[in-house]
Amino acid sequence: MFKTLGKLILDFLNQLGQASEMVASCIFWLMRAPLEFKQTVLQTTRIGVDSFAVATMTSLFTGMVLALQAGTTMRNILSEPLYIGTIVGFSLVRELGPVLTAFVVAGRAGAAITAEIGTMKVTEQIDALHTLGTNPIRYLVIPRIIAFMIAIPVLTLCANFSGMFGGYLVSTQSLAVSSWVYYEDITTFLGVDDVMHGFIKSFCFAFMIAVVCCYKGLNTYGGAEGVGRATTKAVVASMVLILVMDYFLTAILQSIGI
Amino acid sequence: MIEIKNLKKSFGPKNVLNGVNLSVKEGEVTTVIGSSGTGKSTLIKCIIRLLEPDAGQIIVKGKDITHIKDELELANLRRNFGYLFQEGALFDSLTVGENVTFGLKYLTKTPPSQYAKIAREKLALVGLKGIENLKPSELSGGMKKRVSLARVLATEPKVILYDEPTSGLDPIMSQIINELILDLKKKLGVTSIVITHDMRSAFEISDTLVMLYGGKVELAAKAADFKNTQNPYVKQFIEGSSIGPIRPF
Ligand SMILES: Nc1ncnc2c1ncn2[C@@H]1O[C@H](COP(=O)(O)OP(=O)(O)O)[C@@H](O)[C@H]1O
Ligand SMILES: [Mg+2]
Repeated sequence: MFKTLGKLILDFLNQLGQASEMVASCIFWLMRAPLEFKQTVLQTTRIGVDSFAVATMTSLFTGMVLALQAGTTMRNILSEPLYIGTIVGFSLVRELGPVLTAFVVAGRAGAAITAEIGTMKVTEQIDALHTLGTNPIRYLVIPRIIAFMIAIPVLTLCANFSGMFGGYLVSTQSLAVSSWVYYEDITTFLGVDDVMHGFIKSFCFAFMIAVVCCYKGLNTYGGAEGVGRATTKAVVASMVLILVMDYFLTAILQSIGI
Repeated sequence: MIEIKNLKKSFGPKNVLNGVNLSVKEGEVTTVIGSSGTGKSTLIKCIIRLLEPDAGQIIVKGKDITHIKDELELANLRRNFGYLFQEGALFDSLTVGENVTFGLKYLTKTPPSQYAKIAREKLALVGLKGIENLKPSELSGGMKKRVSLARVLATEPKVILYDEPTSGLDPIMSQIINELILDLKKKLGVTSIVITHDMRSAFEISDTLVMLYGGKVELAAKAADFKNTQNPYVKQFIEGSSIGPIRPF
């Protein structure tokens, strides 16, 4: 029991060490060699296009259900659906927008890059990069980390708007809140610091997902089966880490007043 | 030019190379033969340091490269080499043309306007034409192998390591590749290490033949001496006999 637990912790620390080494290597190559600009743009658009529909749909319905729940609760307590816009806006911008978008992108684009890099590993394409004068850090990892750090915040922004629109639909159509009140509720209370709070989280999630998924891909072994295993592990690890990071980031950001 | 001394490499508990000694001369074709799984690929991967040896020494042009860790230094070492992968290892997200010219950007100062011409030339060398815009997934196994060879040739390396260049090719195409290897030696003085299972072409192209057995060099000799050897292991392997000291099971 303690032995397996100990082994798990050692394993985790070992992987954390290796992933940090990969990040250090990224910084090294970022300074030594020009950025693979074309690859970066390609990856950014791919991640953005791949995940746009599902990210906005997810938050549209999340916004709708938030409005519905908040509306009925408020009605029960205060016999009137007050502050729906505020509740929807706050929840989305500070919390649900970044987290849900990160989840969606981890499941979609994160899985895709682990599978892609993993396949390249088991078919010796990674070795081929080394023999042709470049390396996987420079050609694959750096462009993907940058792509994630651009695409995820942008997608989060879209998701926030789409979620607030969902909340608006429910508020005006089934809760009989006027659009002007909904709008006022959002804009009066939502400040720059709330938006910052969401964005900082978004950047951190993006970096983490890219690092985890590239790391798992580069460490794939054992043929097609190995690629499947690596992909599942990458997605599960990303999702758990999103939630863990979310708690600590919220605590830290709140303690410095953001 | 390449000196290998007492080279050892294992994967986990499995000892693959168990003290290999080998010397490769500049401008020669050295062929490595041996049963599947004896570590031929492992040996040449150690030479360009895709793998790090556990023990022993590899010296390339007087420089000990066995344990170089620095990525830039490794990249510089690999600059001199071309490596043909056993399974081709083409980048499947890129077209054939982009595959062939991939190394030019990193290893040479060739202007990109020349890429299309180089791709055409190198593909012609391996008997392929008009396939620059196809994806590797649209090619047959033998075609992939040849595109991969074109990719190696594009950067004009001084030393080429071939991992089974003719496996999966028809006899005529195999002969064309063999002649290409000899041509590169004669015209450009390229040094080659070739892994092959095809004994006929091995004798045709080699200056020196090397047989790996049990993680060691069983015999390394000039082609003529190799053919007439009395070493029972080598004899059995050359003749392709199931009776002899080598027991696959
Ligand atoms: N990355 C690796 N991890 C574990 N074992 C390996 C690895 N690469 C090769 N091997 C093992 O080493 C042995 C030699 O492999 P290889 O050099 O590819 O043989 P050959 O090219 O002579 O057929 C094989 O038994 C293979 O299973
Ligand atoms: Mg092999």
